[in-house]
Amino acid sequence: MIYVGPCDCGTASPFLCVRFLAAAPLSSPRCFPNHTEIPVMAPVISVSGLSKTYASGFTSLNNIHLEITRGEIFALLGPNGAGKTTLISIICGIVNASSGKVAVGGHDINSDFRAARSLIGLVPQELHTDSFESVWATVSFSRGLFGKPKNPALIEKILKDLSLWDKKDAKIITLSGGMKRRVMIAKALSHEPQVLFLDEPTAGVDVELRKGMWDIVRELKAAGVTIILTTHYIEEAEEMADRVGVITKGEIILVEDKAKLMAKLGRKRLSLHLQHRIDSIPEALAPYHLTLSEDGWRLAYDYDTKGERTGITSLLGDLRTAGIRFVDLETKQSSLEDIFVSLVNQ
Amino acid sequence: MNLRAVGAIYQFEMARTWRTILQSIVSPVVSTSLYFVVFGAAIGSRISEVQGVSYGTFIVPGLVMLSVLTQSIANASFGIYFPKFIGTIYEILSAPISHVEIVLGYVGAAATKSIILGLIILATAGLFVPLHIQHPVWMLSFLVLTAVTFSLFGFIIGIWADGFEKLQMIPMLVVTPLTFLGGSFYSVNMLPPAWHSIALLNPVVYLISGFRWSFYEIADVRVEISVAMTLAFLAICMTVIWWIFKTGYRLKR
Repeated sequence: MIYVGPCDCGTASPFLCVRFLAAAPLSSPRCFPNHTEIPVMAPVISVSGLSKTYASGFTSLNNIHLEITRGEIFALLGPNGAGKTTLISIICGIVNASSGKVAVGGHDINSDFRAARSLIGLVPQELHTDSFESVWATVSFSRGLFGKPKNPALIEKILKDLSLWDKKDAKIITLSGGMKRRVMIAKALSHEPQVLFLDEPTAGVDVELRKGMWDIVRELKAAGVTIILTTHYIEEAEEMADRVGVITKGEIILVEDKAKLMAKLGRKRLSLHLQHRIDSIPEALAPYHLTLSEDGWRLAYDYDTKGERTGITSLLGDLRTAGIRFVDLETKQSSLEDIFVSLVNQ
Repeated sequence: MNLRAVGAIYQFEMARTWRTILQSIVSPVVSTSLYFVVFGAAIGSRISEVQGVSYGTFIVPGLVMLSVLTQSIANASFGIYFPKFIGTIYEILSAPISHVEIVLGYVGAAATKSIILGLIILATAGLFVPLHIQHPVWMLSFLVLTAVTFSLFGFIIGIWADGFEKLQMIPMLVVTPLTFLGGSFYSVNMLPPAWHSIALLNPVVYLISGFRWSFYEIADVRVEISVAMTLAFLAICMTVIWWIFKTGYRLKR
């Protein structure tokens, strides 16, 4: 949902004010002159034909096309060296692309870099911090760097939200790894970005802190921030993402709604190890769409765990009626990890 | 123009100066004082006047320049090298700031620091020898111009360096010899003719000569040539920095 109407954000009257209501009651407004076409449906990030070949000849990205929808959490999955960080680095202006185009909020990252970069907050994978600065100073520095006027109240709120307030005057070198990670998130949030990149936000972070990190991400999403996170942790993508993209060897091989992937995830397989080998599945068991292994010793039954009935009880009853006995049984859930591994290994 | 970003970088760098105040200000002042004790008082008393000025007084502009040159290079090269080394450069590169603004922040802070330092050394010199400055405006102009030019040069070294050795190499192997041979402690006119011609190839000669002229109206080369040479070096540094940002040399992969 969007709101388009007279401006109430201080801009002169011949402007329309657009707020995106999908994620939060009131996201930050953007104002457009009356006569302009408002790019409401435009993706917040659009990457087209993006390639990167390093001077060494190594091709890190190969013809990437990707669109990120405003307000979503997008998880970019991929093994080490797949090109996740290179992709993020190009969008943020740290690495030059070899070819292709990237626009952030409709602004080209080269010709209109100021407008594009103003929208972006970046939390890199490595803990790059100034050891001898205080937390407060380094977060305030980031805000200044992005051209925003001082706002101590906002920085106080960010530090409190990230449980860093009592460390505001501490030198960064004295902080633990998890705290440094949060300092970097605070720096990225200090200039109120509309798009936040989290590159491996929970790498090397303990379970409790990881859950805390997920809560922070959810709150940001609720505030209307678009979030792109990269991770190796499949459960992180399952937990957080609206959409999932899989990148391997510099190519995006899958982009799908998590809900659809979860539908695949919702399938479980029951395997029965038979007492006696059978040649074919009896006609009476046809409704179950069973599959028989080539050697004739195993029967497999796929069922939906989310359905009202799994059909297992009646299947077992019908098997007994058909005179098929089994010595063992097991169930296995196909996980996003399985899908991921099979995709990446192709 | 993202002036807030320029201000943020400038303040960040100046904060580093105040944090490392001892090594930033005190140690150059101490070493300069030692020069005065050794060259000004101990040896200087046995040297006759140079071009109508006592030797202790004669070396003041050269000593100020010596510190301003080395400190400008050290401040600016370290200022940009360190973020590269620890990785915080990511934030500078991903911020909505232009190259000009990055240079203004880093070079502005480095130059400010060496100008402050130059003035402190001048004040220190005043404790040892009587000082008179014939052209204070020119003196300040030379000071600022030199500080800015060599901060730009230091910025280039900081970007070029991919290790601490390289960071030290140019200042130690090139700049220090050029400064010592550039007439800090003598007038190049004192050299035999052959060495005199060679000395004129040293750009630092022009800086020190011009700076000394602003104090005592004595110069090894015409002051206009000094100004022109300084501006030429400034232009070269600016061109190199423009190229660095255009190509992303050693900054962006």
